[in-house]
Amino acid sequence: MTPEIGHFAIILAFCMSVLQSLFGLVGYARGYVQWMSSVRRTSYLIFLLTSVGFACLAISFLTNDFSVLNVASNSNSQLPWPYRLAATWGSHEGSLLLWVLMLTGWMAAVARFSRGIPTEMISLILGVMATVAIGFYLFMLLTSNPFDRLLPPAADGRDLNPLLQDPGMVIHPPMLYMGYVGFSVVFAFAIAALISGRLDTTWARWSRPWTTVAWAFLTIGIALGSWWAYYELGWGGWWFWDPVENASFMPWLCGTALMHSLLVTEKRGSFKIWTVLLAIITFSLSLLGTFLVRSGVLTSVHAFATDPERGVFILGFLVVVIGTSLLLFAWRAPKVGLGGKFQTVSRESALLANNVLLVVAAASVLLGTLYPLFLDALGFGKISVGPPYFDAVFFPIMAPAMFLMGVGPLARWKDSPVPDLMQKLKWSFIVAVVSALILPFVMGDWNVLVSIGLLLALWIALASIVNLGTRLKQIRSGRTVTLVSALSSIPRSYYGMLLAHIGVAVFIVGVTLVNGYEVEKDVKMSIGDTVSMGSYTIQLDSLEDLTGPNYEGVEGTLSVYKGERLVEVMYPQKRMYTVQQMPMTEAAIDTGFTRDLYISLGEPLNDGAWVVRVYLKPFVDWIWGGCFLMALGGIFAVSDRRYRKAGSSSAAATSAP
Amino acid sequence: MKPRHKRLVLILLVLLLVGAGTAFVLTAFKSNLVFFYTPTEAVAGKSPKDSSFRIGGMVLEGSLQRAEDGVTVQFEITDTIENVPVQFKGILPDLFQEGKGVVAQGKMTDSGVFVADQVLAKHDENYMPPEAAEALERARKIKEAE
Repeated sequence: MTPEIGHFAIILAFCMSVLQSLFGLVGYARGYVQWMSSVRRTSYLIFLLTSVGFACLAISFLTNDFSVLNVASNSNSQLPWPYRLAATWGSHEGSLLLWVLMLTGWMAAVARFSRGIPTEMISLILGVMATVAIGFYLFMLLTSNPFDRLLPPAADGRDLNPLLQDPGMVIHPPMLYMGYVGFSVVFAFAIAALISGRLDTTWARWSRPWTTVAWAFLTIGIALGSWWAYYELGWGGWWFWDPVENASFMPWLCGTALMHSLLVTEKRGSFKIWTVLLAIITFSLSLLGTFLVRSGVLTSVHAFATDPERGVFILGFLVVVIGTSLLLFAWRAPKVGLGGKFQTVSRESALLANNVLLVVAAASVLLGTLYPLFLDALGFGKISVGPPYFDAVFFPIMAPAMFLMGVGPLARWKDSPVPDLMQKLKWSFIVAVVSALILPFVMGDWNVLVSIGLLLALWIALASIVNLGTRLKQIRSGRTVTLVSALSSIPRSYYGMLLAHIGVAVFIVGVTLVNGYEVEKDVKMSIGDTVSMGSYTIQLDSLEDLTGPNYEGVEGTLSVYKGERLVEVMYPQKRMYTVQQMPMTEAAIDTGFTRDLYISLGEPLNDGAWVVRVYLKPFVDWIWGGCFLMALGGIFAVSDRRYRKAGSSSAAATSAP
Repeated sequence: MKPRHKRLVLILLVLLLVGAGTAFVLTAFKSNLVFFYTPTEAVAGKSPKDSSFRIGGMVLEGSLQRAEDGVTVQFEITDTIENVPVQFKGILPDLFQEGKGVVAQGKMTDSGVFVADQVLAKHDENYMPPEAAEALERARKIKEAE
């Protein structure tokens, strides 16, 4: 019964979405107040129905109902329950259900936390979101029903892909989806602005917190995915420029640009058309990402069985959504008008440059991701664009953007005299350059890339400190204010900005030092053998068989010595998941503030020895730490009093699900 | 400068930036494309001599050999018509198996041995790397044509 209830709830949710779309859009066009004011309530109802559907699928998974095809293909009675729950969104069908659950969740949140927005606007916004939802409900019901029954029922399930049986995988997809889908809110705001012609600073103020929250979720989602790849794939990489990673990275880049351009639109009324276009592009890239990942055109952990019908459907949907919104844009944008003027050196121009660089970076990632697919689709043969392309392109494009991160926040709006900026920043610059030249010698050998990376990181961090100092000086000039009360008088959005920027600096330190100084060794080890790694000596003590709930395997015990002193004992595993007969490498990682020690078992050799891979990865955790700080900065920014005081208006983004 | 001129300068700067970026991206793109060849094409000498390319097919049954050091392996990739010996130093992916699909990226040496710096296998038991499938498909077509 449970799956049928779920299926029925989703069908009802689909019908309600059609209604809401009608009420919202037609109601606006005709000026039917009753219709327009009903969309809030239907939003709650749709969210409730979708939650019921999702809960039903989760129950089927938790109770091992193998008469449901989805459960039988993606779960197993031996699977521990947290993974059975995670398996709910571990399949193609389930992940789509999660997608619409998130979408309707955002919809309900907009309905709940937008009391200050006029009814006509909210009616348009929720109408547009419901229209997007219709597409996904249709897709799910027509091509990928998660509730399909299997007759006769399977005796046991085929198990979840062992790669996904991991705590990181339990939270990575929901976080990522929250981000992806969250951009649908600002997309809906943008479309509503185009239709109504109301595109002013108030509009930007409504949109900003939603965008920032979505961006923070996406940041966390991407970081979790990267962290998972690092410890789960067994070869210690944290980013592969895999098309699926790129699919999530492109909306992130454009979303970052969008946040900054919304800032200008709110504060100065400029960049309006550009902001709207960015909102459309960002959400389109989220949809494109869904298409790339879900249609089977890509090959990766995320790509499920290829089904041309599904690919065609999403592609069609993509064309309709992007095409309609761009048409609308072309038609309405000229009426929006330009904003305030600004000089060549000003905060606006710094933010404009930041936007251009971020969008060019996103475009270069798009080119590298889509070009091979196009060639293949057109029958021109198979090619691949590997990490060398992305590395070569990405770093030079982002370096100037990083440099601007130091200047921009200190520059004044409208017009910022260059001598004044130089006066403020000269010490940061000198200290950053000198330390960046010297530090690599301390770390080991000198290397240009390390030096440039450290220069950028130090520059951003120092400029942020100078920024805070300048601000404090302004507050305290001519008045007797204690440091604490001066600090607490600064709005949270400002701290959010500083935190996120320092997060970028931390991230750069991690990337730079790991790329510059990581040590990797693949060695043949028998019991008692040692291998030296930097200042560490690692000894293989023993190898033992082990049995897990749904796998069997071998566990190595390795002692790590620093000089004569034992610092750590590590236990890497090689598992064989019994149902899918799939081997998995479980790396052992000793995490430290300044370095990770990473050991994974390669393959057994004939004489009882193993090939063992050992890595020393300096500062690698700073990569994810930096991402966490960025996301935290975003959360700080939306918790600003300004949004809460605006009454109810757009404030509550913080408590959005 | 008049404000109008300043705006013009700004627009020109942005255009210059975008133009330089595009030129740079396209150059990097061109020099980093990795093409794919089947074993048959590689044996026929159609593959590039000096640059990296990808080769795909099945790992020939019984061809996997391991050197003394334990980390250097040699195996053959086949598309059922031709076999290409591949040498690789490092740890093979978990799902690397004889008789299963595989894709290797690297350079061809004069002696006809493909020295791989990357070996990719599938991600789960059902899934075949698309390049490997493509190689078998092309070989099948050649056989049919004969």
